[in-house]
Amino acid sequence: MKKEDKPPLSSGGTYKKRGKQTLSFTTTPYIASSYTVVGSKENEGPLQGSFHHVLQDNIWGESSWEKTEAKMMAFAVEEAIKLASWSQVEVDFFLAGDLLNQNITADYTARKVGIPFFGLFGACSTMAEGLILASILIDGAFAHRVVAAASSHHETAERQFRFPTELGVQRPMSAQWTVTGAGAVALASPEGICNQETHSDSSRQVRITHATIGKVIDLGVRDAADMGSAMAPAVTHTILRHLQDLNRRAEDYDLIVSGDLGLVGHKMSQQLLREEGVDLGPKYSDCGIMIFDPKKQDTHAGGSGCGCSATVVLGPLLKMMKEGLYDRILFVGSGALFSPTSFQQGESIPGIGHAVVLEA
Amino acid sequence: MPYKFEELSAQDYDQKVQKIKPRPRVIKNAIWAFVVGGLFSALGQIIFFGYVGLGLTERDAVAATAATLIFLGALLTGLGLYDKIGKHAGAGSIIPITGFANAIVAPAMEYKREGYIFGVGAKMFSIAGPVLAYGITVSVLIGLVYYLFL
Repeated sequence: MKKEDKPPLSSGGTYKKRGKQTLSFTTTPYIASSYTVVGSKENEGPLQGSFHHVLQDNIWGESSWEKTEAKMMAFAVEEAIKLASWSQVEVDFFLAGDLLNQNITADYTARKVGIPFFGLFGACSTMAEGLILASILIDGAFAHRVVAAASSHHETAERQFRFPTELGVQRPMSAQWTVTGAGAVALASPEGICNQETHSDSSRQVRITHATIGKVIDLGVRDAADMGSAMAPAVTHTILRHLQDLNRRAEDYDLIVSGDLGLVGHKMSQQLLREEGVDLGPKYSDCGIMIFDPKKQDTHAGGSGCGCSATVVLGPLLKMMKEGLYDRILFVGSGALFSPTSFQQGESIPGIGHAVVLEA
Repeated sequence: MPYKFEELSAQDYDQKVQKIKPRPRVIKNAIWAFVVGGLFSALGQIIFFGYVGLGLTERDAVAATAATLIFLGALLTGLGLYDKIGKHAGAGSIIPITGFANAIVAPAMEYKREGYIFGVGAKMFSIAGPVLAYGITVSVLIGLVYYLFL
């Protein structure tokens, strides 16, 4: 029997995959609560005042940057659980990731909260990856309550990926600024959420209805100061795939927001989309562009890091959805799967993009 | 069916990227580098004259000037100012000997949290190491050429 002659696998009934890469959730998970922690610089940008907690200084009383980052994530997770009116023992799973080697921020947070834990790595796409996997757990009836989190810290990232902070070097204009921020979200099945009176208030509920799992795409970018261009093809691919798999158009969304392509990568993604005949226009934005004002804040191409999309989506964007500004958002978390070791050995930078549909 | 961009070669994609990427501000950067690099050098000259005035021989004054500039570079790094100068001045503050001091003090400060042996001691030369390794190698080679042929 030739490969093509094989009978197609079942695609009807309870099967939830649509097209090639998209999942359609039937028990759509609810966002019970979210909590974001950012550094002071992040709160001085255009999104000022829309995060839950702002640090006075980037060390937050700790003895190392890494400890600060773990404290930020743990704080976001604990506050999100509190806002959902749950206790930590009521949470079935905790999914989290960050940029540091061996995912130490997530590991130490998991040690603190004591919830069964999956460590994730998707570089800056981690928040999207967490949202998708949490939704799968809930829709698959493996859990009622899942918390997902992601974080990054400017100083921990600088010392691991680039140079010591006090080194007097010039950053190229295409380089992005790693966001100091942590975001946590509490997701629940309808049952997991509705025993709480706090959630019968008037603000609108946000659900996760679909997700598109991205492929790793690498068009050979070898410039560590231009991650945006490395990620743009993967994000573009996921958007096109998503629209095709669900037979949707850009008009079906109020906002399509990439994770942190930054000014260069976002421009590239727009161009690649146009070449495929898709023009998303002003509806297509980017968390990395939204978080900073490049002229006033000297951030060059924009924000980056797991904490960038985590805080922008779980802070301001979710707030706007609840207030009725947006009904349906497509969030495409973007990750540059960059390692200084393989990069120095001559490897190029692979990119990935995971898409999540948020509906109010 | 793959999308068009999936079949781009690394070269073709790079061409697209280069068209979009913002250009470095060459003229502005060059002026900054010239002015700041020049100021460091002028400062060195003033210090040198000062030491000569204090009665040091020219040879000793050169060494004392270098030591003083290294101290200043380290001090400015410790005060958190050198990275701010470097952001504007670029090569203007990397090339002078103060930049070399910055390249050693910055990692020493950064990795202190990993301890004095594997942190400060091991990583202090993570930026300046190549300069030392190749600088010393080349100086030995030049010394040999000088000794053998001149």
